[in-house]
Amino acid sequence: MALLDLADITKRFPGVVALDGARLSVASGEVHALLGENGAGKSTLLKILSGAQACDSGRLTFDGAALSASDTPVQRQRAGIVTIYQEFNLQPFLTVAENLYLGREPLRFGLIDHKRLRADARAVLDGLGLDLDPDMEVRRLNIADQQMVEIARAMTLQAKLIVMDEPTAALSPREVDILHRIIGELKARGIAVIYVTHRLKEVKTICDGYTVLRDGRFVATGRVAEIEVAGMVRLMVGRDVEFLQRPPHREPAEIVLKVDGVSRKRGRHEARGTSLTDVSFEVRAGEIVGLAGLVGAGRTDLVRVLFGADAMDSGTITLNGEVVNPASPCDALKAGIALVPEDRKQQGCFLEHSIRHNLSLPSLKRLSRWGIFVDETAEKALVEDFRTRLNIRMAHDGVAIATLSGGNQQKVLLARCMALSPKVLIVDEPTRGVDVGAKADVHQVLFDMAATGVAVIVVSSELPEVMAVSDRIIVFREGRIAGTLDGFAADEETLMGLMATGRAA
Amino acid sequence: MSTSTERQPFDMVAFLRTWGTTLFLLLLIVVFAAWNPRFLSLRNAVNILTEVSIYGVIAVGMTFVILTAGVDLAVGSLLAFAAIAAAWVVQAMGGAVPQWLVALLVASFIGLAAGYLHGKSVTWLKVPAFIVTLGGMTVWRGATLILNDGGPISGFDDGYRWWGTGSVLGIPVPVIIFALVALAGHIALRHTRYGRQVYAVGGNAEAARLAGIDVKAVIISVYVIVGFLAGLSGFLLSARLGSAEAVAGINYELRVIASVVIGGASLSGGSGSIRGTLIGALLIGVLSNGLVIMHVSSYFQQVVIGLIIVAAVAFDAYAKSHRGKV
Repeated sequence: MALLDLADITKRFPGVVALDGARLSVASGEVHALLGENGAGKSTLLKILSGAQACDSGRLTFDGAALSASDTPVQRQRAGIVTIYQEFNLQPFLTVAENLYLGREPLRFGLIDHKRLRADARAVLDGLGLDLDPDMEVRRLNIADQQMVEIARAMTLQAKLIVMDEPTAALSPREVDILHRIIGELKARGIAVIYVTHRLKEVKTICDGYTVLRDGRFVATGRVAEIEVAGMVRLMVGRDVEFLQRPPHREPAEIVLKVDGVSRKRGRHEARGTSLTDVSFEVRAGEIVGLAGLVGAGRTDLVRVLFGADAMDSGTITLNGEVVNPASPCDALKAGIALVPEDRKQQGCFLEHSIRHNLSLPSLKRLSRWGIFVDETAEKALVEDFRTRLNIRMAHDGVAIATLSGGNQQKVLLARCMALSPKVLIVDEPTRGVDVGAKADVHQVLFDMAATGVAVIVVSSELPEVMAVSDRIIVFREGRIAGTLDGFAADEETLMGLMATGRAA
Repeated sequence: MSTSTERQPFDMVAFLRTWGTTLFLLLLIVVFAAWNPRFLSLRNAVNILTEVSIYGVIAVGMTFVILTAGVDLAVGSLLAFAAIAAAWVVQAMGGAVPQWLVALLVASFIGLAAGYLHGKSVTWLKVPAFIVTLGGMTVWRGATLILNDGGPISGFDDGYRWWGTGSVLGIPVPVIIFALVALAGHIALRHTRYGRQVYAVGGNAEAARLAGIDVKAVIISVYVIVGFLAGLSGFLLSARLGSAEAVAGINYELRVIASVVIGGASLSGGSGSIRGTLIGALLIGVLSNGLVIMHVSSYFQQVVIGLIIVAAVAFDAYAKSHRGKV
């Protein structure tokens, strides 16, 4: 009998069906891969499993008993389900031992028994074969060791099932080997692991079973031994809804944007992100260039540099023959480079503010009398114009943008950029969290912009999207350009190969 | 999700969120008037309004600061320093230039300069506004005491006193100035590009930066505005009292912040209005005055005002979560 059985799981968000009858079954001592493209519903399913979100309908059975949909994450942990997210859930200023037993410290006369705490922690770490100092503050550990602390903590919680979301995304090859050894150790103890990853070769090495989701639906499940990597890709990619294919474009036009030797060392200006090494390419008027790559390959880092949001160490950015090297987003916008950022809620929207105020903000100078007083009539006309052109569905322009669906929010942000009549339009993950119907609308906007002679750059983690919208695809890997492909000739296997290994498969 | 514009059923929580403070203010006025008719006398009304105007001027500036998710604890001390420095210059100048003009210019300039320093410290040194202005609160109070050894400076001429005690068409000068400042603040926030930028920076600083706004410049500007208005307020208070005192404006920062918060502004930035702040400032003024008329001890007044601040914010939080559930 399966340890975990999820059946008919459905979850709706405003405007999007995230999961539609998804299922997942995992046996004790099994390492089970949960596969799917970005937006397939993996994260939502994990959140429902960990208790972070409640499903709208569905049955959850664990260890022979039904789970209540309204369980909190703490209740699920007590039941034996522990989730390790990409962002770790550790207290950086506490020690390894304190983190392992946070909230469950051994007590002596009502006070924490530090001696026993340390001894218990030591025992758990030794049991996993981990050479970590229990007294070390967690913030001094590297990512891989912090991950080990998370796994050790799951052990102290008597976990029966450990969920790992992209556990190797930030690890070096050697660290991946260590992680896999530890997972083998867990397996030997009869603990089940759900392993979410985009790295399909790892699935072949470490996993026993797999389940594939696509567009929120269950697609297939089976034994890893009985399927090849190419077969998994086909299951993940084959889709019901085809993307609009970009019409083949006309004669090559003049070069608008020239990126020459852009390099940026991680940590010099910003702590996060990927180092960029000698990135050079050109974008012509009316051309759509897609940037493909795995998470952390440097695509977002590059477009943030182009937009002046992050600094670069060396290189030149030339616009219509003039060096611009924007030092701030303000500079970039003045020069004619616009960006729709990756994270709509954190970096794009003013969620509590009205749609109108969100859309018009960077254009206000043009919409003001003497550059000071906002001409609300002109402003409303601008919003109305884009509402009809982009088919933005809203009650009226005074409601908070937070009430719109993801697709309509994205259209407002696109309109914000379009209103500035940019020469270069950069869109980072244009359809992340956007429902299928609105995806086509968003793509049509990109085609229309290109048709008017704008140079368009699209960053996307969804390969079918990159292939559908791009005239040319530039593949990033570890902060460098791994290759450039013709958007019409490219196939998914070649792209995947370049993204994962730097060589065309 | 509905995209129709049909009338929603009457929403009590939303109604109270918009009008609750105003209704409470009216209720207080009715209760106080019933208790003692003298509360409604013209003289008392003028008295309340003049009191409110002195700190209300600063509350207008504080609204800008809180809209950017900042705070300024130094306004009370800055008010005293600007006033005493202005009085000191007036004394030193003799009588060549009108006293009031010298004082107004000096107090305003000191307010502007100090506000610029605060803003620069917040943006360049990346010290939280709470800490910068907590430091400023002590520094400016200390500077005030140093300047005249802790003593007051008085002996202003009638031209100077007019700004605090005079009136035009029966309306006290400080009330007129407060009205003008509030009107200017309202127009700036509601109808100018700058106002939109202030809301944007407080609503989501990163999104504002990516929308091409010079976030640092906006942040500096709001401290300059509140500093200037603290200086102006110091000038008005010294004109009203006839002396610039080292202990003037103590606890004003709390009164001012309370006005803005009771008026519905969120300390996390991005929402609030001058209209709300106006009601908040009036509420505090009416309450202080009314409690005196009811012979409630001044000790109790502090308790009551404190409770009302917490209640107003608690209700706001409740209204937000209520709306989120629908």
